[in-house]
Amino acid sequence: MSDTLLAVTNLTMRFGGLTAVNALSFDAKRGNITAVIGPNGAGKTTVFNCITGFYKPTSGNIAIAHTPGTSLLLDKLPGHAITKKGRVARTFQNIRLFGGMTVLENLLVAQHNELQAATGFGVLAILGLGKYRAAEKAAIERAKYWLDATSLIDRADDPAASLPYGAQRRLEIARAMCTNPVLLCLDEPAAGLNPRESQALNELLLKIRADGCSLLLIEHDMGVVMKISDHIIVLDHGKKIADGTPAEIRSNPTVIAAYLGEGDDDDPDAPIAETLAAAQ
Amino acid sequence: MKHLVANIKDSLIVGGVAFLLFGPFLGLKLNDGVKGDLTLATRPVLLAIAVGLTIVARFLLLLWQDHRATRLPAAKLATSVAKSGKYIAPVLLVFAIGLPLVPGIDNSYIDLGVLVMTYVMLGWGLNIVVGLAGLLDLGYVAFYAVGAYSFALLSHYYNLTFWECLPLCGILAACWGIFLGFPVLRLRGDYLAIVTLAFGEIIRLVITNWVSLTGGPNGIYDIPHPTLFGLTFNMAGGPGTVSDFFHIDPDPSQRTTYLYYIILALALLTNWVTLRLRRQPLGRAWEALREDEIACRSLGINLRNTKLTAFAIGAMFGGFAGCFFATRQAFISPDSFTFIESATVLAIVVLGGAGSQLGVALAAMVMIGVPALLQDLQIYRMLIFGIALVTIMVVRPRGFISTRKPSVSLGKVKIITSDMISEGHG
Repeated sequence: MSDTLLAVTNLTMRFGGLTAVNALSFDAKRGNITAVIGPNGAGKTTVFNCITGFYKPTSGNIAIAHTPGTSLLLDKLPGHAITKKGRVARTFQNIRLFGGMTVLENLLVAQHNELQAATGFGVLAILGLGKYRAAEKAAIERAKYWLDATSLIDRADDPAASLPYGAQRRLEIARAMCTNPVLLCLDEPAAGLNPRESQALNELLLKIRADGCSLLLIEHDMGVVMKISDHIIVLDHGKKIADGTPAEIRSNPTVIAAYLGEGDDDDPDAPIAETLAAAQ
Repeated sequence: MKHLVANIKDSLIVGGVAFLLFGPFLGLKLNDGVKGDLTLATRPVLLAIAVGLTIVARFLLLLWQDHRATRLPAAKLATSVAKSGKYIAPVLLVFAIGLPLVPGIDNSYIDLGVLVMTYVMLGWGLNIVVGLAGLLDLGYVAFYAVGAYSFALLSHYYNLTFWECLPLCGILAACWGIFLGFPVLRLRGDYLAIVTLAFGEIIRLVITNWVSLTGGPNGIYDIPHPTLFGLTFNMAGGPGTVSDFFHIDPDPSQRTTYLYYIILALALLTNWVTLRLRRQPLGRAWEALREDEIACRSLGINLRNTKLTAFAIGAMFGGFAGCFFATRQAFISPDSFTFIESATVLAIVVLGGAGSQLGVALAAMVMIGVPALLQDLQIYRMLIFGIALVTIMVVRPRGFISTRKPSVSLGKVKIITSDMISEGHG
């Protein structure tokens, strides 16, 4: 039976008078794909930013257990150490690639910390000494593995900005995976993808899970969420309103009410509500 | 053909507009009449010349635009520029090494070479901060000043020689780079530029006002020249001098040549270190920082350390250059470290193409060498210089060489065009 990888307890995030996330607690199990859904403005991205260190939570704890029984508090780590020590990687809702660098370079930047350690404070590597060459070779091999997995290997030497949108999304996932995370946080990975690309994304995410990395994703595309998630958490107005398997969520009256609540034609979440209703 | 007709038609319409505009101004002229009244005279020839010139100019402009539209696509052009760079760089290197060896070359040209090479080195140093890490630094002259004054003060108070001070100057400048880098870690763009500008001025003002230590505006005199394994360059000859040791006649060009090769070696060291670093995690992290700071952070890159190393290494080379400047001039004062120096070095980097080593070298030659060589043209010198700068910025807005060569590749290296590359916001 899978155990808890990420435990969020009583997480609260306030911006001035606005409480974006209010006493939120949830667990993500090891080896699972956990989805966080909710209407726009529910606080999903804020939760992500807290977990990945972009915001310091007002109160509450975020703990990660790299091996069962251990616990590391992510909210106590400085921002950059979340990836390095906490081994949590993320992607962004609006893609953030290093556009002027090649696809391969993007993936090598992701392995910065390991490579930097092999350079002997840069001095040895400048002189061409030390084990840097071997380290770089290993880094390129890992990059190649993820380029293969995301079918970007043919574009390895092209600048990232020249890739089509769908490929940029995949590259961002590949880049995050190159940091060797135990938990990958994806912020709307299927946004702007066509049905075929969404299908390929599903397969990629399942492969990542099979490789032993757990996933946490925010997603609006219910086709992706319902098909691949093991566990779903529903947020509304900064609070958890439901928590369960896709089947449970689909038939949960509170969730349907949250989505359908102010459901008029202008509601940006109306399509989701329809999907939910149809799924029922 | 149809295009040509359209162009001619367009030119004629512009000619018509010009006729209407110029008509009253150039075509008509009021004269004082004999009886104190005004008479109206016409100047048809002048008007015709003005309108005719307008039509021809418009036609040429259209032709040029057509030519621009049909010329090589940007990517191909960029590749050809980068390819030719492969040949230009070695040619320039051979030229740089061979310059003082040209028989009968005037000492003033070697001296100009020393000056140009100093700015090449400063440009390469600043290129690390601005071109690679994308941090806009308007106070680079501060580190130049730290290097120069470190050597001047150490030699003045402790009688240290140039070769002893050179590494110390680099280290001290690097420390100042870190020291000044700390407060600006969170600043970006315009704010960073203003604060670095202020730091540059603060250093200069401190040097100016700390009269008891630095001599204030009077500067420091009698800074020793570099020695060659303990041998000095002295016009009078005598024991312990280069001319005495090698049994040659003393000549001012010997010292200039020696200085030239020192700065050439220092500049090449800067270039070599930068090129090596670019292919390493640190250099890639700098470029990634320029492209997207937030993404860098999400990948576990320590932004503070990465920015500070960029400031420190850039400052270190500025310090080396400053140390060299002091030994070359034998006299330094705060006047040599005004904001205009920072602006010149930044202009060299921007004009050459931020991030491009060859571009920066070419820009330094143009910016420093050309005005010096145009001394004879006197007042027109700055006019020509200004027009040249504006032309370069119009034709190549991202600098001479705005392309980027990837630091690593699986297959064939593809040159990245400037439209993909971010200029950095910090």
